[in-house]
Amino acid sequence: MPPTDTSHPDYYHRVVDCQWACPAHTDVPEYIRLIAQGRFTDAYMVNRQANVFPGILGRVCDRPCEPACRRSRVEDKPVAICRLKRVAADHKDEFVSRLPKIPAVKNGKHVACIGAGTASLTVANDLLPLGYRVTIFEQFGEPGGLMRTNIPSFRLPQAVLDEEIGVIIGMGADLKLNHPVKSMRELLAHGGFDAVFVGSGAPKGKELKLPGREEGAANIHIGIEWLESVAFEHVKSIGREVLIIGVGNTAMDCCRTSLRLGAQHVKVMARKPRQFFKASDWELDDAEEENVGIIVNRSPKRFVVENGRLTGMLFDVMEYDLDGAGRITAERVTGEEFFAADDVILAIGQENAFPWIERDLGIEFDKWSVPAVDPVTFQSTRPGVFFGGDAAFGPKNIIWAVEHGHQAAISIHRHCQGEAVTERLAPGVNLQSRKMGMHEWSYSNDYNPAERRLMPHVSLKERFKKLDIEVELGYTAEQTAAEVQRCLNCDIQTVFEAKLCIECDACIDICPTDCLTITADGPEAELRTRLRAPAKNPDQLLYVSAPLKQTGRVMVKDEDLCVHCGLCAERCPTAAWDMQKSHVAWPHAEDQPPSCQPSLPKIA
Amino acid sequence: MTFIPKPKVRNPSLPRNDLGLTRRDYEGALSTLCAGCGHDSITAALTEAIWGESLEPQNLVKLSGIGCSSKTTAYFVSGGHGFNSVHGRMPSIAMGANAANRNLHYIGVSGDGDTLSIGLGQFCHAIRRNLNMLYVIENNGVYGLTKGQFSASADIGSKAKKGDVNRQPPIDPVLLAMNLGASFIARSFSGDKAQLVPLLQAGLRHRGFALIDVISPCVTFNDHEGSTKSYAYTREHYEPVVNADFVPLQREIVADYAPGETLPIVMHDGSRIVLHKVARDYDPTDRVAASAYIQARLKEGEFLTGLLYVDPTQKEFHELNDTPDVPLNSLAPEVLSPGSRGLERILARYR
Ligand SMILES: Cc1cc2nc3c(=O)[nH]c(=O)nc-3n(C[C@H](O)[C@H](O)[C@H](O)COP(=O)(O)OP(=O)(O)OC[C@H]3O[C@@H](n4cnc5c(N)ncnc54)[C@H](O)[C@@H]3O)c2cc1C
Ligand SMILES: Cc1ncc(C[n+]2csc(CCOP(=O)(O)OP(=O)(O)O)c2C)c(N)n1
Ligand code: SF4
Ligand code: SF4
Ligand code: SF4
Ligand SMILES: [Mg+2]
Repeated sequence: MPPTDTSHPDYYHRVVDCQWACPAHTDVPEYIRLIAQGRFTDAYMVNRQANVFPGILGRVCDRPCEPACRRSRVEDKPVAICRLKRVAADHKDEFVSRLPKIPAVKNGKHVACIGAGTASLTVANDLLPLGYRVTIFEQFGEPGGLMRTNIPSFRLPQAVLDEEIGVIIGMGADLKLNHPVKSMRELLAHGGFDAVFVGSGAPKGKELKLPGREEGAANIHIGIEWLESVAFEHVKSIGREVLIIGVGNTAMDCCRTSLRLGAQHVKVMARKPRQFFKASDWELDDAEEENVGIIVNRSPKRFVVENGRLTGMLFDVMEYDLDGAGRITAERVTGEEFFAADDVILAIGQENAFPWIERDLGIEFDKWSVPAVDPVTFQSTRPGVFFGGDAAFGPKNIIWAVEHGHQAAISIHRHCQGEAVTERLAPGVNLQSRKMGMHEWSYSNDYNPAERRLMPHVSLKERFKKLDIEVELGYTAEQTAAEVQRCLNCDIQTVFEAKLCIECDACIDICPTDCLTITADGPEAELRTRLRAPAKNPDQLLYVSAPLKQTGRVMVKDEDLCVHCGLCAERCPTAAWDMQKSHVAWPHAEDQPPSCQPSLPKIA
Repeated sequence: MTFIPKPKVRNPSLPRNDLGLTRRDYEGALSTLCAGCGHDSITAALTEAIWGESLEPQNLVKLSGIGCSSKTTAYFVSGGHGFNSVHGRMPSIAMGANAANRNLHYIGVSGDGDTLSIGLGQFCHAIRRNLNMLYVIENNGVYGLTKGQFSASADIGSKAKKGDVNRQPPIDPVLLAMNLGASFIARSFSGDKAQLVPLLQAGLRHRGFALIDVISPCVTFNDHEGSTKSYAYTREHYEPVVNADFVPLQREIVADYAPGETLPIVMHDGSRIVLHKVARDYDPTDRVAASAYIQARLKEGEFLTGLLYVDPTQKEFHELNDTPDVPLNSLAPEVLSPGSRGLERILARYR
């Protein structure tokens, strides 16, 4: 294999599994260390820099970082990355003074954002400090998008939303509430905007067209619309027996909300077995803790309506054959079953809908009404019109909407300054040694075998008393102190200098997880079998050094299970290994090169 | 040294031996030696060899004298028995233990000072008795523990860290053991585990005294320019003549070796060592010829490595002395002790 090019910005970034998996590339180990030191505001700011909404995300993020976490490869459970984010948010002090100052004199460019959801708010957050005027049009009376209208307040309190959204509005965004945009043509022609960002989400809940749908309409609800009505207090109760159709995250919010509006028995009906569920494990756990029934292998057949009133639903009972890899190879119906219900909630997915964008404006859509959007620049087929969040590629989640917002903001900035949107600043990585003395590192490198802490919950008796009692209480100080030590500091990288190595084997012998080998070079696939412990995870990189001085063999490191304990560097007599902190520079609008920065008048 | 012990966390894909244990189960205490010391590498090789032989920790006896090298018995197989003797006196402790219990595996770890300076007499007599043990010399040419004075294995002309030059001739443990009639003699290098591990395994299975002289650079006092026991010098001047593959009893020999260059040696328990002769004209079963060859190469500054001499048929201590077949602690008290009347009868024989 050729020697590994560690100067490529992705190499060390990929070693930090959580940061690599985070769509916004949050520097997770850095904020966890800051929490460990009690520096909550600093930890909050490290988060905010990347993900803008740490208090919100610390509660409800989809957390793609956690399944990626290295800790789950040497132990059962990943670090509670998300829970720790909440710790930073809950314990921070005043931080607004640390945000970039908003120029009093504007740069003369005016940007419209449609919808006041996650994506638009992120665009505003990135562009306001650069002197842009940003106008946000929102159809509802409150900003926040689905975070406000669909994520129930027992998971995400209003106060948390208000604080983090308020900070962005406070930067001077011109928020026009109760202001639906009804015609894109009109906006483009008469709005006077230099760029338009569409952050209107994927607002249409999917229908289930089965016999009885029309007759039973009064008691059949579309999940996201129903949650929205609950949020705006248009709906305050539901029947005793409730069926939820679908097992995604929306279904989980619907069933738990039903319990708080008076339902006594709630069942979530799934077509397929559990391993095919879309809902996150923790959302399923939380629903089951509240005694929601989860019924698998039932495929909806018809709504049963008697005397003009819904009485329940009929289902086909399904059976599936699985192959060795767990895929369904055959399915059949083995019977039918009736489930009684006063209300049925459909939670089977969301779609894009842009009835207000005329189709002759040069903004192209496919036949499912999904716009043609460039995945890097987020520009539509009409220059100057950008999409992001659920509006761009269909429903995703908050953290993706944030990252789309960051990337779209870069494009909008470049577009407004007359620069090509495609020529963006590339990401980079800086390294800094963490050596303090002979055997001293400025991070806690001792492996701590603590197990993942459990989130304490409000008791089952208390939590249903009101709709907005937040169920999760947050970590205690003791839990936080233990959980932070579980982080393996994957951003403290093992950096190797081949010319210093005397091939004494000290690092090989001390490495607790046997990830180092000195051996003859070879092709990667073959080399992977010849290591001290075979490198079985192809998703994880192999580091291969330049040939070593004394024997011409190479140092090979399997990044998979390195616990960043620094023992290789402690043991190395020549400091051929060093432990260095990687700072991933993931550019935002403010980082674009000077050519792109607008020249502001000298006198304010 | 490092101050953080190697954490228990381990790689789930580590191979397991016949007892279902991984290498990690054969580790010992945190090493206090200098980072990069060759001795630590030998410790790792020993751990690997003992694990590979699926020995049960409680059947292992680790013995040593005094020195950095002698400290290392604490750094592998925590579950084994151990004895740290007075400087240079490890062979007599090994002798006594082995006489009392012949069923255990004895591993002696010593230094060039411990063996060739203060302990030379004891070492020679252990060889004479063909004591059934693996005897490893961690040879760095200096007294590491006492800060780097030349030892009896320092070569003429080798430079100390501060510049002094050694003028006395070295004692070569390999040549000495050849002359004393040792039954298993090998030399290796701490930086070459591929060679060292199978040698250690063969030595563990050899019935009789198995000597392995392992060049083991002292990074702190003897790894500089001018030293003849540094990592760099060793790599430039060592010459493998016979590489060994140890083949345990139940395992097939998988590779095909070119005839004339390989030599399978059957051990007393039926296991085999397959020797690969790198030098065609070297014969590791001919004591006189092998000895001459080693000396000739030494003269040219090259030291030969590998399994340099082996004779699995030589009688070991218990056979030579017709001792009981079982450990003494398993004998009934009346057998073990003649009683006062029995003692009288024995004494009467000499009156
Ligand atoms: C029930 C449910 C639970 C969820 N739970 C989670 C969770 O726990 N974690 C997570 O990460 N994600 C979750 N999501 C997904 C997440 O909420 C969305 O992916 C995210 O909010 C998308 O943000 P956005 O900015 O693209 O759009 P949205 O949040 O949908 O915001 C769009 C905004 O645009 C407004 N708008 C639309 N059209 C117009 C118009 N023509 N004129 C003016 N305004 C308009 C809307 O009113 C809305 O305020 C959940 C989604 C649902 C439905
Ligand atoms: C009877 C006695 N004499 C002298 C010493 C001092 N002493 C301790 S270790 C040592 C030399 C050890 O050298 P070596 O066996 O080569 O071990 P190394 O430290 O080099 O591994 C000496 C002379 C001692 N401990 N006991
Ligand atoms: S930091 Fe070094 S010693 Fe520790 S696990 Fe990683 S490679 Fe091994
Ligand atoms: S400890 Fe240092 S000098 Fe020794 S093999 Fe490892 S990298 Fe090379
Ligand atoms: S002094 Fe030399 S022999 Fe002793 S531990 Fe240090 S390097 Fe090893
Ligand atoms: Mg010595």
